[in-house]
Amino acid sequence: MSNPRRQRSNGANGWLLSAPALILLVLAASGPLLIVAFYSILEKGDYSGVRWILSGDGWFRVLFERDIFDQTVSLADANLSIFWRSVKLSIATTLITFVFGLPTAWFIATRPAKSRAIWLFLITIPFWTNLLIRTFAIMEVIRNQGILNTFLMYTGAISEPIQILYTDLAVLIGMTYVYLPLMVLPLYAAIDRFDFKLIEAGYDLYASRWQVLRGVILPIIKPGIVAGCILVFIPSLGAYVTPRVLGGGKNMMIGNFIELQFGQGQNWPLGAALSTVLLLIVLVSLLVYTRVTSREDPHG
Amino acid sequence: MTKDIAIDARNVGKIYGTGANAVAALGDVSISIEQGEFFTLLGPSGCGKTTLLRCIAGFETPTTGSIHLSGRDITYIPPNRRPVNTVFQSYALFPHLTVADNIGFGLKMQGKSAADVSKAVDRVLTLVKLEDFAKRLPQQLSGGQQQRVALARALAPEPEVLLLDEPLSALDLKLRKEMQSELKRLQTETGITFIFVTHDQEEALTMSNRIGVMSAGALLQVGTPHDIYDRPVNRFVADFIGETNFLVGRVEESKVRIGTGDLLAVPLAGQTGEVTLAIRPEHVRVSTEGAEIAAKIVDATYLGTDTHYTLALSDDSKLVARIQSNSAGGFGIGDPVGVSIDAQAVQVLKS
Repeated sequence: MSNPRRQRSNGANGWLLSAPALILLVLAASGPLLIVAFYSILEKGDYSGVRWILSGDGWFRVLFERDIFDQTVSLADANLSIFWRSVKLSIATTLITFVFGLPTAWFIATRPAKSRAIWLFLITIPFWTNLLIRTFAIMEVIRNQGILNTFLMYTGAISEPIQILYTDLAVLIGMTYVYLPLMVLPLYAAIDRFDFKLIEAGYDLYASRWQVLRGVILPIIKPGIVAGCILVFIPSLGAYVTPRVLGGGKNMMIGNFIELQFGQGQNWPLGAALSTVLLLIVLVSLLVYTRVTSREDPHG
Repeated sequence: MTKDIAIDARNVGKIYGTGANAVAALGDVSISIEQGEFFTLLGPSGCGKTTLLRCIAGFETPTTGSIHLSGRDITYIPPNRRPVNTVFQSYALFPHLTVADNIGFGLKMQGKSAADVSKAVDRVLTLVKLEDFAKRLPQQLSGGQQQRVALARALAPEPEVLLLDEPLSALDLKLRKEMQSELKRLQTETGITFIFVTHDQEEALTMSNRIGVMSAGALLQVGTPHDIYDRPVNRFVADFIGETNFLVGRVEESKVRIGTGDLLAVPLAGQTGEVTLAIRPEHVRVSTEGAEIAAKIVDATYLGTDTHYTLALSDDSKLVARIQSNSAGGFGIGDPVGVSIDAQAVQVLKS
C-alpha cells in the first residue's frame, strides 16, 4: 500500500465501483427534489399541472392570500395554523415516544440475551401490518362507540363518550403509536452498548439516581436519542395517513395540505412550494438540533 | 496501642437467588480492617472476595451480618452516601468526560464549589502524575494511564476507605510491577485505608500490610505476608501462597515419621496422629553424602539464579527443592542424593 500509484488507481476504482449507487442517488433522490423545487416557481395550470411560465405565485400563496373581490393581501391564517399544528404535533409525538421509548428500550436491553431477541421481535411486529389497517384499528379503539369509551362508560367513569376521534389528540395518539418503534430501536442500540458498570461508578461517586441518569446515562446514549428523535420527528412532520384518518378533514397537517393542492386544489405550484417549505423546516430543525446538542458536548 | 478500626465486617453472609437456586457467595465472614492499612483480600476467582468488596462498597446488601465503617453501621446505607470509593477492574471511566471532569465527578456530586473541585483535581492529577492529560478523553489514554485516572477519580473525594477490585489485572507485567509500587506509594502518602482484591499471591505479598486469604466464601486466614507465608493455617493457604511440598506423616514421640520411615524433628503444637507437613522448596537441601533422607533426582529446571529439582523419595513421594545455581554445575537427573529438611521451617498441618 506504500506505492502511491497503486493507491490512486484504487481510488479511481472506488469511484467506478460506487458509480451505480451515486447515479441512483443523483437520479432518485436529488432529481425529484429539484423537479419539485422547479414546479414551485411555475404558474399553475387551468385544471391541474403547470404552465411553463415562471411565477412567484406558488410561494406567495404559502403565506398570503388575495381577496378575490378587492385583491387585498392578507396573511393566510389557515396555512399558518396548519404549519403550527404540524410542528406542534410532531414535537409532542417526539417527546411522548421518547418518554415511553426510553424505559421500553432500557427494559429490553437489560433482559437476558435470549429473551431480548423476543422483545425486539415484538417491537417490530407492527411493521408487518399495513399502516392504514393499524390506523383504522386505533380509530376503532378511540371512536365514540369504540372500545375505550364503551369501557369507560361501562365502569361508570364517564356518562357520555369523550370525543377523541377527529381531534388533535387522536392524531397525537395515532402518531405516537405508529412511530414508537422508530424511537425504541435506536435507543435500544445505544443502551445495548452502554457499560452498566458506569452506573455503579456514578453511585460510588456520590451521585443520586437522578444525577446518574442526567450526568452519566443520557449523555452517553445521546447518539441513540438523537437518532430516535430524528427518525420520529421527520416522518411525523410529513405524516399523511394518520392525520387524514384520525384527524378528519378539519385537522390537517402539512402532508394533507400538500396532497390537497395536487389533488382537489389543483394548485401544483403551491403544493410544490409547500413541499419545499417542509423540506426546509426539516433541514433547519436538524441544523438547530445538532448545533444545540454539540455545544453541550464539552461539559456533557 | 490499638489502632482505630476502619471497616468492621461482622458475620457477613451473602446468598444469591432463593430456594433450590440459592448460591452462597459468602458465608459468615468476620474481619476487622485497621485505619491506614493496606489490606488485601486474596483468593481464587469465585471465592467471594469481590462479593465482600461489593458489600463494603454498598453495591450488594449482605443477606446476614453487618458492616461498620469507623463504628457506624453502614450495612443499609446506599453507595452514594458512603465515604468509600471504588477503583473498578474495568476502570469504568466516564467516556464522555475529560480526565479532569472524571476526577472531579465525585466532588461535584458532593456539591463542592467549582473552585474547590478544580483545586482538588489539580492536586490529585499531580499525585498520579497526569498533569498534562487533564483535557484528554479516557479513550485517548493508554491502559496504564486510564488506570491512574481511575485511581485519581476514586481518591479525589478523599474517602475513608478505598476499594480496589483487581485493578492491575488488565495491565502487562512490567506496568503491573510499576503500578504496584505506585499504589503502595499513594497509600502511604494519602494515609487512606486500602482494601485490595486480587488472585495474584505475589501482588498480595509485596504490597499488603495484612492479607486475608479466602476460599469458597470463607475467610481462611488473616495475617501479615510473613504470617501467611511462613505459618499457613491449612493446606489450601500453604498451596495457594507460593510453592509448597506436602508430605504426609504420623506423630511419634514428638517427632513426625514420614513415608520413608525417617523421623523429622518438626515443631509440633500438640498435634497427634496423621499430619501433613508443608515444606517450602527453599527449605529443602540436597547434598551428595551424609544427608538424612535418601532420594533421587527425577527432574531439574534451570531458572537462572535458582534451579528447581524434583526429588523422588524411597516411598515414591515427590519433593521440590530450590537450590541456588552455582558455577560448579548442579546435580544430574538420576543422581542418587541425600535430602535434609530445615525442620524448624516446616509447618505441621492437620491431615
